[in-house]
Amino acid sequence: MNARSIAMTIDQVAVRFGGLVAISDMSFEVGEGEIVSLIGPNGAGKTTAFNVMTGFLTPSAGRVTYRNTALAGLKPHEIADLGLIRTFQRTSVFPNDTVYDNLMIGLHRQSRVRLLDAILGLPGARASERRLRQRASELLEWVGLERRAHDAAGSLSYGEQRLVGVALALAAEPSMLLLDEPVSGMNASETHRFIELIRGIRDRGITILLVEHDMPMVMTVSDRIVVLNYGRIIAEGTPDVIRNDPAVIEAYLGHGAGRA
Amino acid sequence: MKAIVTILAVAALASVPLWLRDPYLLNALITTGIFVIGAMSLNLLLGFTGQLSLGHIAFFGIGAYVSALTSLGFDIGLPGGFRLVHAPWPPIIGFVLAILIAGLCGYFVGLLSFRVRGAYFVIVTISFAEVVRLVALNWVELTQGPLALTNIPSIALPLPGFGELTLRTKFHNYYLVLVVALIAYLLIARLVHSHFGRSMRGLMENETLAVSVGIDVTRTLTIAAVISAAIAGAAGSLYAHYIRIIDPEVFAFINTVTMVIMVITGGKGSLAGPVVGGLIFGLLPVGLRPVMAPEAQWIAYGGVLIAILFVLPRGIVPSLALRLAKWRRPAGPPPVTVTETAAKEPA
Repeated sequence: MNARSIAMTIDQVAVRFGGLVAISDMSFEVGEGEIVSLIGPNGAGKTTAFNVMTGFLTPSAGRVTYRNTALAGLKPHEIADLGLIRTFQRTSVFPNDTVYDNLMIGLHRQSRVRLLDAILGLPGARASERRLRQRASELLEWVGLERRAHDAAGSLSYGEQRLVGVALALAAEPSMLLLDEPVSGMNASETHRFIELIRGIRDRGITILLVEHDMPMVMTVSDRIVVLNYGRIIAEGTPDVIRNDPAVIEAYLGHGAGRA
Repeated sequence: MKAIVTILAVAALASVPLWLRDPYLLNALITTGIFVIGAMSLNLLLGFTGQLSLGHIAFFGIGAYVSALTSLGFDIGLPGGFRLVHAPWPPIIGFVLAILIAGLCGYFVGLLSFRVRGAYFVIVTISFAEVVRLVALNWVELTQGPLALTNIPSIALPLPGFGELTLRTKFHNYYLVLVVALIAYLLIARLVHSHFGRSMRGLMENETLAVSVGIDVTRTLTIAAVISAAIAGAAGSLYAHYIRIIDPEVFAFINTVTMVIMVITGGKGSLAGPVVGGLIFGLLPVGLRPVMAPEAQWIAYGGVLIAILFVLPRGIVPSLALRLAKWRRPAGPPPVTVTETAAKEPA
């Protein structure tokens, strides 16, 4: 673990909405190429933490650093330009566009064509478009949605929409991917395939931070787990350590469970 | 198929002055064409970014005044006893300046309002149009106020080797408007189909998600506003040099509403929508005038508007396109496939 370089540092981050403390004094690190899961009961502050890391929310205190760049004051699209890309719990697709066009929108960061060149239809702009179309097809095939390419994304099943969401995030060429409950709405076999997908993403050298409720999945896929409860970190460690941690068991199952 | 329809439509439009001899109808077509260009520019914002500019006529009017003043010249007093004197320039330079200055206004309005968007953009644009109208009305020294700017020269095209072609007749102006409209159409089409167009669509459909994949909201919307305003400015310039008289009434709210009606009925977010809607609602008053009393004309106008939106709520072009697609694929509901979401290892 120590040999690995650090990708992201969350340093004493706190988020308060008026009197409500969503996150208090959260600190942890994510190493390059690691799969880290952030778990905890509903309302523990997991999505809030994601929003802070991706610039959708400004923390009340503390700082987030990604690859030695402080994220304070950066807008979400500027953070995306650093290679830090997230998915969303609910709104994971552009519903009225086809799955293929969704990916073309997601490839925005890969297109560095000047607007005037695109309007004039210059060769450079055309070549860039060809590259993007090629890339979109590759990504579709990789997540296994090539047969859905020309259906409106909003017409897909919930589980398929999550896959589109992940493919969209991958289209943005992340160096670190933040997945917000990616397997909610998936059945067991879809989840199983998704675990393979996540490993495949990591094997491409992409660091992954995962928020998820599906415990078997989290235990299977994670290198390390951070447990939040009421906005505080109550445990941190490998899946085996977390499984047997009394504080975690208490948070999830309540007081009596330990004695039963 | 689509290309054939487009070529036929352009050929049909280009042939009109060859067989239509009635100057009244030709005049109606020219002014309608100018408003169609305005509607296309409005559609770029309303249809492709979802932002409603309810003061769009401001950019049109600014284009008209800039172009008129450039070609007429002016002599105004400045604070401190200075005078700003501008000798008349050729109208074609006025046309270019109209595009640039209207675009610049679009930039500032966009910069001001796109931080908040939605209803705020609507309010900022309405206010902007009203402020510009009041300036045009009250800065009499520059604009002649309600007395109007008159004797605006026609556009003259420099032809290398042949001198100049002054576009004075309706015949000439019809083709001028048609060419500018085609360029505007092509420009918008290219824009919408580029990566920039995808960014606009992404923002309209799901802004949070669009931002998360790296799309810059303010930049994208501001560029769209600049191009939209610049095209509206070009339309305004054509208007000034064709009608050859403009007064502050050009900024009237009803003119913006007319453009919105053209876009909504034709189909916002479709390239041909504003053209179809624009031709219908630009020519409808002309068709109604001989057969109805003036009061009844507006009732009929409203009736047609309601009927179209009732029967084809998405607008004429998108609704018909959808029906055509269904007619070609009449195989009932789409097959429900349980997709095997096989996650493959990366190559």
